[in-house]
Amino acid sequence: MNRKWLATPYLIWMVVFIVVPLVMIFYYAFTVKDANGTRFALDHLMKSFDSKYMVALGKSFLYAFIATVICLILAYPLALILVKRNKGGAAMMFIFILPMWMNFLLRTYAWLSLLETNNGLLNTVLRALHLPVLDIIGTPKAIVLGMVYNFLPFMVLPIYNALAKIDNSIMEAAYDLGANDFKRLLKVTIPLSMPGVMSGITMVFMPAVTSFVIPNLLGSGKVNLIGNIIEQQFLLTYDWGFGAALSIILMIIILISMAIMQRSDEDMEGGAGLW
Amino acid sequence: MVKKGIERLYLGLIMLFLYAPILTLIVFSFNDSKSRAKWGGFTLKWYKNMLNDPMISKSLYYTLLIALLASVIATIIGTLAAIGIHVMKKKTKSVILNVTYLPVLNADIVTGIAFMLFFVAIGLKLGFTSMLIAHITFNIPYVILSILPKLSSLNKYTYEAALDLGAYPMQAIWKVIIPEIMPNIITGFLLAFTLSLDDFVISYFTTGGGVTNLSITIYTMTRRGIKPEINAVSTVLFLSILILLLIINKRTDRNTKKLGGINI
Repeated sequence: MNRKWLATPYLIWMVVFIVVPLVMIFYYAFTVKDANGTRFALDHLMKSFDSKYMVALGKSFLYAFIATVICLILAYPLALILVKRNKGGAAMMFIFILPMWMNFLLRTYAWLSLLETNNGLLNTVLRALHLPVLDIIGTPKAIVLGMVYNFLPFMVLPIYNALAKIDNSIMEAAYDLGANDFKRLLKVTIPLSMPGVMSGITMVFMPAVTSFVIPNLLGSGKVNLIGNIIEQQFLLTYDWGFGAALSIILMIIILISMAIMQRSDEDMEGGAGLW
Repeated sequence: MVKKGIERLYLGLIMLFLYAPILTLIVFSFNDSKSRAKWGGFTLKWYKNMLNDPMISKSLYYTLLIALLASVIATIIGTLAAIGIHVMKKKTKSVILNVTYLPVLNADIVTGIAFMLFFVAIGLKLGFTSMLIAHITFNIPYVILSILPKLSSLNKYTYEAALDLGAYPMQAIWKVIIPEIMPNIITGFLLAFTLSLDDFVISYFTTGGGVTNLSITIYTMTRRGIKPEINAVSTVLFLSILILLLIINKRTDRNTKKLGGINI
């Protein structure tokens, strides 16, 4: 018996539960049901291009973009410092990525209870110090904060891995050739860590742009992002075809941005950006 | 000296940013007052309330049951799949692996609604079974991905030697290959278990009929307002995940002797 038959149960599973459900999204997005039965139509897709939804999509990309930039700015120096610590760095790294494994909702909820305008811990402390209170719950600021907090470890991890792979002799060579610390950072370290930066950006941007929990909790439902609108189509207004069309648009935009990322990052192993 | 000080300060600030919210939750889970800002003395009453809350205990039961069933089934299917995929032709292999990566790469919300539409279309009532199937499906890729790299580093002649010595292929797989990849199978299993324990978005779209996991219960509770019982749940969950990860980490550490924690 050939060993490859062992994969049969999985292959069946894969087709039925991975491929078919994705096909279903396309089916719902490109058909409408009326008195004459189900027929092919682009109605849902057309409706998606309504300005109301495009604004939500734009906002999702804007907030996710801001959150990604902040994560990058925070994570890069952190990864640099940790890599320099060699052995201790790896253990420290565990501490920095540990929150990533804490339940996502609880992490968001933690900020909700910290930031509460009247009873939150943060504002109580600020008031005791006679400082102005932070009233950001329900605003885009809280949403971006939630995204940065939730996804920061996804940025630190790949950058750290990329930096740890840099051969020390390259750094020494640059030093011997007369490059100072700053020049080495600019000309050697940063270019060589680009694959890590790229996968970090993907890993932060992707969940940020599709999130509906963070805007619901920290935005108090006042800010509607594309994830919220998709969620509402399925669980509130039951317009599944429209929800499916929106998801396809979202999926395509993400795939395109990932393809662009991957092109600038041929180095990535396995093509999936898994760490 | 100054540079080192700045570096330490930076590490400290980020650590504070990452941990302060979690620690606050943990500390206030022992707070006797309902306030989130004032300390009213030590108490375990939120833990008692949590245990007596039928919704929390029911969702804890479903969370554990689904995580256990999903990770066991995913590990069995995934291990067989990895052994099979490993010996396939390069082209077939890459097609299969690309499809396998889909649930890993796709946005959770898209995976979730794809499942929901699929289950409704085949007439499966949303509930325990649908959620279980969804969990198995998103777990399998992680099992396969933890085992495949190890398979390619195995000495292929030991398997052939077993066959030459008269073992049936099944016996050879069971006695030669499985023991060698066992550490990776267990890592894959623990990874699947942790992911399943933690999932919200996909579960949210694939469940129904009163079957909820902890994440969904927390979501429902937070939307109704903040309750101190959630702090107790957080603490318990955080500690369990921490212990699970330390176990996984120790294993990966031992197996690959690579930088600790990075392989999670």
